[in-house]
Amino acid sequence: MKIQIKKSTILIGLLLIVGFILPRFAGEYYIHISVLVLFYAYMAVSWNILGGYAGQHSLGHALFMGIGAYTSTYLFTVIGLTPWIGMWLGGAFAGVIGGFVGYLCFRYGVKGPYFALVTIALAEAAVYIVTNIPSIGGAQGLEVAWTGNAPQLMQFDGKSGYYYMILVMTIIAVWLSSWLIKRRFGYQLLSIRENEDAAEALGVNTLRLKIQATVISAVMTALGGTFFAQYFTYINPRAVFGEGPSVQILLFAIIGGIGTVWGPVVGALVLIPIAELSRGWLGGTFAGAQILLYGTVLVLTMLFMPNGILGLYHKFLGKFQNRQSDGGKSEAL
Amino acid sequence: MLNVNNLRVQYGAFAALQDVSLSITEGQIVSIVGANGAGKTTLINTISGLLRPVSGEITFEDKNLLHLEGHEIAALGIAQVPEGRKLFTDMTVYENLIMGGYSKHAKLNREKSLEMVYELFPILKSRDKQLARTLSGGEQQMLAIGRAVMMNPRLMMFDEPSLGLAPMIVQSIFNVILRLKATGMTIMLVEQNVRQSLQISDYAYVLETGRVVLHGTDQVVSSNDYMRKAYLGI
Repeated sequence: MKIQIKKSTILIGLLLIVGFILPRFAGEYYIHISVLVLFYAYMAVSWNILGGYAGQHSLGHALFMGIGAYTSTYLFTVIGLTPWIGMWLGGAFAGVIGGFVGYLCFRYGVKGPYFALVTIALAEAAVYIVTNIPSIGGAQGLEVAWTGNAPQLMQFDGKSGYYYMILVMTIIAVWLSSWLIKRRFGYQLLSIRENEDAAEALGVNTLRLKIQATVISAVMTALGGTFFAQYFTYINPRAVFGEGPSVQILLFAIIGGIGTVWGPVVGALVLIPIAELSRGWLGGTFAGAQILLYGTVLVLTMLFMPNGILGLYHKFLGKFQNRQSDGGKSEAL
Repeated sequence: MLNVNNLRVQYGAFAALQDVSLSITEGQIVSIVGANGAGKTTLINTISGLLRPVSGEITFEDKNLLHLEGHEIAALGIAQVPEGRKLFTDMTVYENLIMGGYSKHAKLNREKSLEMVYELFPILKSRDKQLARTLSGGEQQMLAIGRAVMMNPRLMMFDEPSLGLAPMIVQSIFNVILRLKATGMTIMLVEQNVRQSLQISDYAYVLETGRVVLHGTDQVVSSNDYMRKAYLGI
């Protein structure tokens, strides 16, 4: 058998090499932008498992991000527990809440826009609940005390440490996401998105699968929440539970290409630099102009690329007609 | 094999099925005929567990289906070919077929079932990498049937397989149903195409506004005066 090296393998390899050597060449500012790109790519990939694959559009994913951020930060400030452990406790907590929310919604047939509304409501409720509990910082939020360069406490001197951490998290998330979608689990999630009744009649346990997808997505999002808290060293209810992060998380997935493995990454890769760099260039002289520019980009993307950036790319290649030329056959069986 | 007793299904206050009783004997083709709005699709979806009845009972080989979820009913070997096909349109033909073969029981026979589907519908094999939504109407119907065959079911329920298809394709779909019967499958055929479905069935029920108004063997039903006038136009 001839060994074939696919073009996509080369591309991924190049991306990885660039990813790992980037901090050696880039200044702090560009590393910061790269951290943001990777962070939002990671969050969008996590959202995509529930929103893209299973087609259940959560508009309140900040709920899980906030749970992750608050759990690890609270445990760190109060009992000095390292966020390396705290992040998993936050993940577990978010998983339980995700499972509960999923069960509650899907058991009673809440779907489509109504599921979106329930998730918005829950995230918003979390904002007010946390705001009114003084022992976890209330409206003032929590500060992550700076202890100097302490990798064992997830604190790094300079930005490179954070960069490598989120780079590894994103690589694992993308790998997990691409692995899941080629398995029975992934196919069944797609079948739910495509036609839930037909899936159920074919023997797919749609309730269990949707809950599982919610839990996986919630845990991953919460782990990202801990990273957010450690990187910015300050969190407050609106910043992590609010509509801002909720919308941002899904925006990158939708703009990049919802329901695809790489769409969320591409979305973050394209949008974050536009937002950040335009703020740097225009923010001083034409304050506000960068938001106008960003909005215009969003509107144009939605108008001309309704299937996201990757959707347009596939359309140009004519790939949309025969997606997966090797059909994922080997692994699906 | 399948028994339905005094079934009543409501959408809100509206009763879509009232006092419906019927039984399906193993190895036969039983058709349920009736006009639009008679409750045919409601009946199939209730048996599949996608709708819950207000009262009545449904048993499949003495197992009460009302306590089971849709996917558990599918696992017993009851497959439906839904009205309007309900394919996974953005997945390939092959992926759609594989989706039918994921249950434990079906997985054991997956290779054999796939061979059988490709033998019934050779066109599906030549299009296996195409997205389902790029198929023609007739091919989509074939894929919907193929997907159900992949479940290796014992009872197959067809919901209006002739809907929107050219007469020649309808004939070939009905021939496939006969071939499936020959392999030992039991078939429940829900149709508006009364004449043709009576021709291939062993027993028939006539549904009107949610009630069974007539039932009997194909000869009895097709020689009934009311049937001749109202449905067969002779």
